[in-house]
Amino acid sequence: MATGQQARMSYVFVSGYTVLAVAFGLVPTLYALYLSVMRDGRFVGVDNFVRVVGDFRFLPAVQHVALFVAIWLTCLLAFVVVLALVVHSIGQRWLSSSIRFIYYIPGALAGASSVVLWLFLLDPTVSPVSAVLHLFGLETFVQTVSPGNLPVIFAIIAFWTGAGGWIVVMYGALNNIPREVMEAARIDGAGPIRTARHIQLPMMRKWISYMAIMSLAAGTQLFVEPRVLSQASKGVVPIDYSLNQLAYLYAFKQNDNNGSAAIAVLLLVVSLALSMFFVIKGGLFERD
Amino acid sequence: MLSVHRTAITKPSQRLFLTATVAAAALALTACSSGGDAGDSGSTSEFGFAAATQEDGSTITVWVDASREPAADAFIAAHPDTPIKVETYDGGANGSGSFQTKITAFDQAGDGWPDVVFSTQNNDAAWASQGEDPFAAQLNNGYVDQSFLDGFTEGALAPVTIDDTVYGLRNDLAPTVTWYDQSLLDQFGYTLPTTWEEYEALGLKVAAEHPGYIIGSVGDAWAPEVYFWGAQAPVNVVTGSDEFSTDTSDPKSVAIAEIIDNLIDAGSLVQDSVFSPDFVTKYTGKVLLLPGPVWFSGALFQNADSLNSAAGTIGAGLPLAWDGDEAVAGNVGGGTWFVSSHSKNLAAAKEFLEFVTSSDEYQVELAPGLPAYTAAADKWLVKQGESNFFTGDFAPNLTTAASSVWDGWGYPKFSQESVWAKTVTPDLASGTSLVDLLPAWQTALENEAQVNGYTVK
Repeated sequence: MATGQQARMSYVFVSGYTVLAVAFGLVPTLYALYLSVMRDGRFVGVDNFVRVVGDFRFLPAVQHVALFVAIWLTCLLAFVVVLALVVHSIGQRWLSSSIRFIYYIPGALAGASSVVLWLFLLDPTVSPVSAVLHLFGLETFVQTVSPGNLPVIFAIIAFWTGAGGWIVVMYGALNNIPREVMEAARIDGAGPIRTARHIQLPMMRKWISYMAIMSLAAGTQLFVEPRVLSQASKGVVPIDYSLNQLAYLYAFKQNDNNGSAAIAVLLLVVSLALSMFFVIKGGLFERD
Repeated sequence: MLSVHRTAITKPSQRLFLTATVAAAALALTACSSGGDAGDSGSTSEFGFAAATQEDGSTITVWVDASREPAADAFIAAHPDTPIKVETYDGGANGSGSFQTKITAFDQAGDGWPDVVFSTQNNDAAWASQGEDPFAAQLNNGYVDQSFLDGFTEGALAPVTIDDTVYGLRNDLAPTVTWYDQSLLDQFGYTLPTTWEEYEALGLKVAAEHPGYIIGSVGDAWAPEVYFWGAQAPVNVVTGSDEFSTDTSDPKSVAIAEIIDNLIDAGSLVQDSVFSPDFVTKYTGKVLLLPGPVWFSGALFQNADSLNSAAGTIGAGLPLAWDGDEAVAGNVGGGTWFVSSHSKNLAAAKEFLEFVTSSDEYQVELAPGLPAYTAAADKWLVKQGESNFFTGDFAPNLTTAASSVWDGWGYPKFSQESVWAKTVTPDLASGTSLVDLLPAWQTALENEAQVNGYTVK
């Protein structure tokens, strides 16, 4: 087989993705960068950024998203890894695969529809788990979705929809660890916990950082959950809860695309910076 | 709805740049369509605004909320030859802003506007009349006959009139009245209060003598429009098109807040939304009084799915006054119809608008609320009287309330209701007193006014 032909074919294969990534990823990003420094067709430097940062809704939105991401990411990393290790250690093949399937089911629901499902769970008057809500002293929907509870609620919803998929991915990563390595650990007398700490976790490092980066990107984009909850709670969950909602209000309510682009660019910068942290920490770009 | 943003949290991909993507797409569309717009500015003088080039017989697109679908259906039955496409949306209810956000997207695209839109939000006129290319068509500069506009109840078009230009037509009037259950008043030996002071006294009394019975609810986002507007609290003052002021420390603001606090503490004023399933379960047959808009008639009392009151028990009392003061009414919505200034078939749009606001087929036979068009309102009240469902001076009281809506409460571009919902509702539910929340409410209103371009005084 000629290697030249192989190389040409590989270009064909990646071209589809590249074209789409440029058209819907790179070009809009550049356009947002352009919009964020313009106003009424003139270059205004950082004016738009100053304006959106000075908006009374900006700081609360940053706090909301940061708190949500912190809670969610911590829970996601901890529980997904532990659950994947537990499921992987189950000897019964049918049991292990059924559990993985069950974990995965909620992820198959589209974002908005899963939020609608949660609307029922969170309303003490109709919830099938109302006893749990009463346990926390929550008697009405308004109490459930009060501002203090929202980061936890959004983290639970996001974990419920997203964790199953990642457990399956992590399970695959665990399967990738060579049998001989695991065998050697066992012969050396390592129990499940020591094996996990010294063999499995280090070898899953890249996958864990990958999960962190992808989840971080998704988490900072918080939009559907507060939007749907806002409509359902008749505005008790504010329409400007998250940064993406604020960008949306700027663009479509205030007719201010420059301000909206400025928020988008700020989000991009922060997400990139945090992602770099995980890339470097996780050694994601190191070659084996 | 808003399907552009239906994104799943599990699929990160390119959503980082969502806003920018939409903007880019919009730019491309603008570029495509701007050629067509150039020739549209021709024959405009007869309507009084820059109308699009008219295409006789072109289909008009109409947006209604679910409750207004019968209006569109009645129009189709009466005008089978008018080409029309009806689409349902949420009507912008509860300050969702979906009308505004959708239209803004079409503005970006330069295409796609509906011809007629129904909105539940009185504040939409302030928004639809502004901007480089206002969405709402001017109605009183040659488009709609002045004689037709004069047929509306006095003051009915105030929320849609900006600087003497009328930008929409009211569907129904929504003054607040004091709904009461005559059978319960008789049973307990109470008399109907006419002042806020009597209202508070009765609330404390019923809480002590007949716990479980209620005299009102502040569980909906329009609570400020019922209680603060009706109590003449200067919380929502709009001067001209760009000045806003709010004073939650005004004696009347504080007084009504104290009444609400006292009655919540006593238990006779509740925080359940009147549209929650829980409200119906808990309070059917236990609503002694309920200050609220006239449309509670069909929405709550004469509704098998809601309170389902017995005929002859419910009456509509006059709005409450401060002792020694004149009674004024608050106002909760009352829908509005807008015609798009971009419509290519203004004749059909006008035909539709006049039908849904004034025709007997809809406003008298089907409409659940008090029509804003006087002739229809008179017939509607006669019909309500004939049905004998409501007791007392139902028709005269509604007419009085309709003409006594306090004009000190304005119609800014933003939703009072959404500010109340996010600032006051959760804290009130967690037990903070309303009086303590007044400063935070004031700040939130001023902030909201500022980002919406108002000078706050």
